[in-house]
This record gives sequence, C-alpha cells and structure tokens, in this order.
Amino acid sequence: MTESITPAASVSSATTPASTSIRSLVERLGLLPASGVSEAGWGRTLLAFIVSFIYFFPVLWIILTSFKTYNDALAVPAKFIFTPTLENFLGVFNRAYSAGGPIQNTGFTLYFFNSIFIASTSVLLALVLGTVAAFGFSRYPLKGNDTYLFMILSTRMLPAIVVIIPIFIVFRVTGLAGTYAGIIALYTAFNLPFTIWMMKSFFDELSPDVEDAARLDGSSDIRVFFKICLPQVYAGLAATAVFGLILTWNEFLFALLLSGVETRTVPVAMAQTIGGDMGVRWGLLAAIETLFLIPVIIVTFALQDQLLRGVTFGTIKK
Amino acid sequence: MPLTDAPPSAILVERLIAPRWDNWPAALIGFLVGMPLAVAVLPPIASFWLSAVLCAVLVATLIVNAWGRYTGGLLVTPALTLLFLMNIFPLLWSFGLSFFSYHANRARAPTWVGLDNYARILNDPDIWDRLHNTVILAVLTVSTQMIVGFLLAVLFSKRFPLRRYLLILVLTPMMLSFVAVGAFFRYYYDPTFGLLSQAVRLMTGEPYILMNSVWGARAGIVIADAWMWSPFVMLLVLAGLVSVPKYLYEAAAIDRVSAWRQFWSITFPYIRGLLLLALLFRTIEAFKLFDLPFLLTQGGPGTATETIAIKVFRVAFENNKTSDSTALAYILLFTVIVLTNLYLYFANQRAKETEAP
Repeated sequence: MTESITPAASVSSATTPASTSIRSLVERLGLLPASGVSEAGWGRTLLAFIVSFIYFFPVLWIILTSFKTYNDALAVPAKFIFTPTLENFLGVFNRAYSAGGPIQNTGFTLYFFNSIFIASTSVLLALVLGTVAAFGFSRYPLKGNDTYLFMILSTRMLPAIVVIIPIFIVFRVTGLAGTYAGIIALYTAFNLPFTIWMMKSFFDELSPDVEDAARLDGSSDIRVFFKICLPQVYAGLAATAVFGLILTWNEFLFALLLSGVETRTVPVAMAQTIGGDMGVRWGLLAAIETLFLIPVIIVTFALQDQLLRGVTFGTIKK
Repeated sequence: MPLTDAPPSAILVERLIAPRWDNWPAALIGFLVGMPLAVAVLPPIASFWLSAVLCAVLVATLIVNAWGRYTGGLLVTPALTLLFLMNIFPLLWSFGLSFFSYHANRARAPTWVGLDNYARILNDPDIWDRLHNTVILAVLTVSTQMIVGFLLAVLFSKRFPLRRYLLILVLTPMMLSFVAVGAFFRYYYDPTFGLLSQAVRLMTGEPYILMNSVWGARAGIVIADAWMWSPFVMLLVLAGLVSVPKYLYEAAAIDRVSAWRQFWSITFPYIRGLLLLALLFRTIEAFKLFDLPFLLTQGGPGTATETIAIKVFRVAFENNKTSDSTALAYILLFTVIVLTNLYLYFANQRAKETEAP
C-alpha cells in the first residue's frame, strides 16, 4: 500500500468525452458489423461459427430442456426434436407436488420479486453513494487518495467467505439477519467498490475544459457536478447500474447465509431445488434457470461495448 | 456586521446568534441544551423527533462549514462509512476474534488463546490438504482459461460477418450465475441422462460417471469454470490484439518474417501486459473458488475437491468453530491481498503505457 500502487484510473487524462471514447472503443475492437468484406477468410469464419455454437450450446440446451415434458427431459438418447410444452414455465410458480394433488404456490413468485427488489434497491443506493464518492476521488483527491482506492477495491477482491463470518454473527445479534434492510445494506456495500471504480474511470475521462470554464464563470461545485459532469457520464452510469444488477442478481453466498424464508432470492431457491424435490425434474429446473438467465443474456447483448471495463472494475479501459 | 470597536465578547455573541447555515457552534449548543431539555419535558415521541431534528441541523451546519475546505472528504465519507460498517469493521472484528476461542452456537464468552488458533490450523494436515486441492484446481482452471481464452481471442481477432453477434454468444457464460452454471453441469454430468455419459456410451457402451473419481470430479469443475471464465481472458487478449497497428504486419510481410517470429516480435508485446492481468485476476478468483465445487460436488468425492473457501465455510457454519474459521480466513485473505496488490500494480503500469502517446 505505497504511493507506487496508483490505481489505473487515476493517471488517466484522456481528453475525449465518454461517448466519443466508447465509439472509438467500438471501432478499435472492430465490433461494428463488417462491411461485407471478410477480413478473416472463409476457413476462419466457419471455424468461428462452429466454436461459437459449441460454446453457447450448454445455455442453448438448457433453454431447449425447459420446453421439454418430464419424459422428454429424461429421454435417453437425448431428444433434439420434440414437441415443445409450456408446462415447466407454469410449474415454476404453481404446481401440484404430487400427482393429482392440489396445485400449490411454489414461492418462486416471491423469490423472483425478492431478487428484483433487493438487486434494484441496493444498486440504486450504491449508485448514489458511489457516484458522489467517485466524483470526490476524481476531482478532489485526498491525501492518500490511492490508498483509499486500493482499500476500496480490495474489499471487493476479498473472499466473500472471510467477510461473511463476522457479518453473520453481527446480523444475528442485531436482528438484521433475514430482513430486507440487512441484505440490502450488505449488497449496497458489496456494489460500492465496483460502482466507485467504474464511475471514477468515467469521470477521469471527461475533458476538464468545460468544467474549468464553468468554474471561472462562477458555477458552484454542486452545479458543476449536476449540470456538467453528470450528464456526460449517463452512459457510464447506466452501464455501471446494469453491471451492479447482474452481480447482485447472481450473488449466492451472502444470500444463502443471510436471507430468511421471506427474503430468499432466486439463486438460493434454485440451489435448494437442485438437490431437493426437483432433483430429477430437470425440465422444471431448466425453466427456472431460463427465466433467471434471460435478463442476463439481454443485458450482455446491450452492454457488449462496456464489458471489458465492467468485468475488470474499470481498471482496464482499452 | 460586527463593529470594529465593539468589545470582543459582543462580536462572539453576535456570531453565535447569527442564523446562518455555517453557524455550527450555535447548532452544537442548541443540540446539547435542547436534547436534555426535550427529554426532560416532552413526551418520548416528541423528544425523539426534536432531538433528531437538532442533530440533523448540527450535521448540516458542520457540512456547510467543511464544504470547500474538505469537499473531497465530504463526498467520499458516506460511501466509506458504509464500507467501513459492512466490510472493514467485520474484518477487524474477526481478526480480533481469531485470537480467542469462540463458538457461535455456545453461550460461553470468548476466551483469549493468543496464537493457538493459527498454530493449530498450520499444524492441521486437513488444512494443508485443502490448500493442496485449491492449488491444484487453481492451476488447472487458470491454465485452461488462459489457453482457451487466448485461442478464442485469436479466432475472433479478424473481422468477419456477424462477428459482433457471435462474440455475444461466447461472452455470455461469464455473466451467468454460478448457481445456474452449477445446475447446468450437474445435468450434463448426470450418469444416466447426462449428455456426457450418453456421448461416452455411444463409444464404449457403458454409462460414464465423471464425478466418482478424484480426477474426474476435478476435471468436471475445471471444465465448468473454464467454460465460464475463458471469455474473460478472451476479452482482455482481444483488446490487446486489435490494438496492434496494422502497418507493423504489413512491414513484416514485406520483410517475409515467419509467422512465429511475427507473433513474438509484433503481437506478443501488445498482449503481454493484458495476459498478465488476466492471469492475476483469474488467480485471485481461483483462490476464492467456492460456488462451483460447492454446488457441483459438495467437495467430494471424499474431500478431493474441497477448496480452502469451502473448508472455511464448513468450519464456520457446520462445525461452529467460529474463531478457528476466522484464523483460517485470514490466511486465505493474506494470499488474496498479495495477489490484488500485484494486480493493481500491473494494471497501473499498463495504464501508464497506454497513456503515453
């Protein structure tokens, strides 16, 4: 923890606004649809198609399985052609536990609500606190700024299991275990390091010229933040929020130990069904997974250009 | 405006009663006097809210006062406070606890044992066995990810039609939940209807149980983890590959440089830094490996795939040896912090390199 460990973002002084640099990143990565001419040659193109298909196959197969009947899902050899059914998707939320028994609520309505509610609240909170803090770190460096930033990032790199033991005891003593307030507070803290680093990397990229001009004209710090800096990083704000949502949506260990029956999230419920009564009802499990994955796949599609920055917490931009 | 010839005490009084937002001494006096008075005179509900308002006014005046002088500090304080409460404080607390003997499920108060927990853990062959498992899994998964990720990046480094959409298909696994991936692969590894077993049966006629042998279970975890995280390596390497200026290759082609030499002299310097970062990032994650083995094998067969993180979980929440688990957690923590330091150091180096024109 010396001064030599300067976080990557703090030395950045790129002079392009975020939107332009995103566009140039897209161009540099060559992600725009190729203009008809294949640079790669037919052999390599074909190979890329095959490899992509193989790579995506596990996800595809789960989505296919979710449309299979109970017997089709267990068929040996595996069925590639079958009559699709929606019974699994209906069964996720309401189904009879025994043949001919009463149709009961499985609780997954609540679990999906919990996942959405907990993820969105904590991401929103982290975004408010984190953006303000990122602006502070970017524009008003403290003495030992980099040490603070390093410590913030290292809390995110820590093994979750190390943090969870004391939290578990503290939450049990204070009665926060199993409540929305407890898990939301924890997830807000879980999202903060990521939010701060991402937003700082976006703020660092802004051109200081407009800001300086506004300051010379007598704009207050608050006005500069809301009227000049924030509007320029809306895209970054959206990307950060969506990444936070995915991280929280997927999180398993904290939720396993700290959510109660009423606040259980989908990953925990899903893990319990893997070994539980649905152990052999693969179609049903696949339907839960499909419902759980679809938002993530859509978001990955939308976020492609920000993926590199997102998965490295803003430490690598290009 | 205080007059210059007024006595100092009058100026002081005038400053104190000035109704301004930066008048924190007045707010402090108001709070110190008002709260006990309210508690003594008013009913509890009213006194609670009055105290809260007085306290809020005090905080507001302090903030207004500090604004400008300590703007940076004020902006980062709320975030740092939450992080301190939810991360740093529990960590310090558990660091303290690692010197005591404490069981979360017993009423007995913690007793001081000094370094006994650490000594016991470091002498426990079980712990060394779990460390061994973790290192084996880390080496296997990280090397597989690096190789597969690198090859994928090379494959996708040139433009071709629909490249953007195919990239998304390859990048998706990294965004998925460990729980979902664990469930996928349990289905694929199932001895009866799993795709793997069926594929093997086509060739040998016998169903295949991957997860029953030590190395089979390890392979199962490595495949799932590498499938999930190779795209991460690919993304980083791809960023390096597309940053190589084209004219270098054109010049090399004119000089008839061999492909091998071209790679080492032109391409490799551009991706070296990113490869190192990917390696460190994935190593950090591999040392924390918890979810996948926990969901796929529960550490089995026996304890062959029980990583150190799962061991901490078991000691803490199944054996309820809370203080032992905190000591063990700190050994894991130390490793990860060293690696994180290295990661940030190299990320910083790279940032400096790319900033230079």
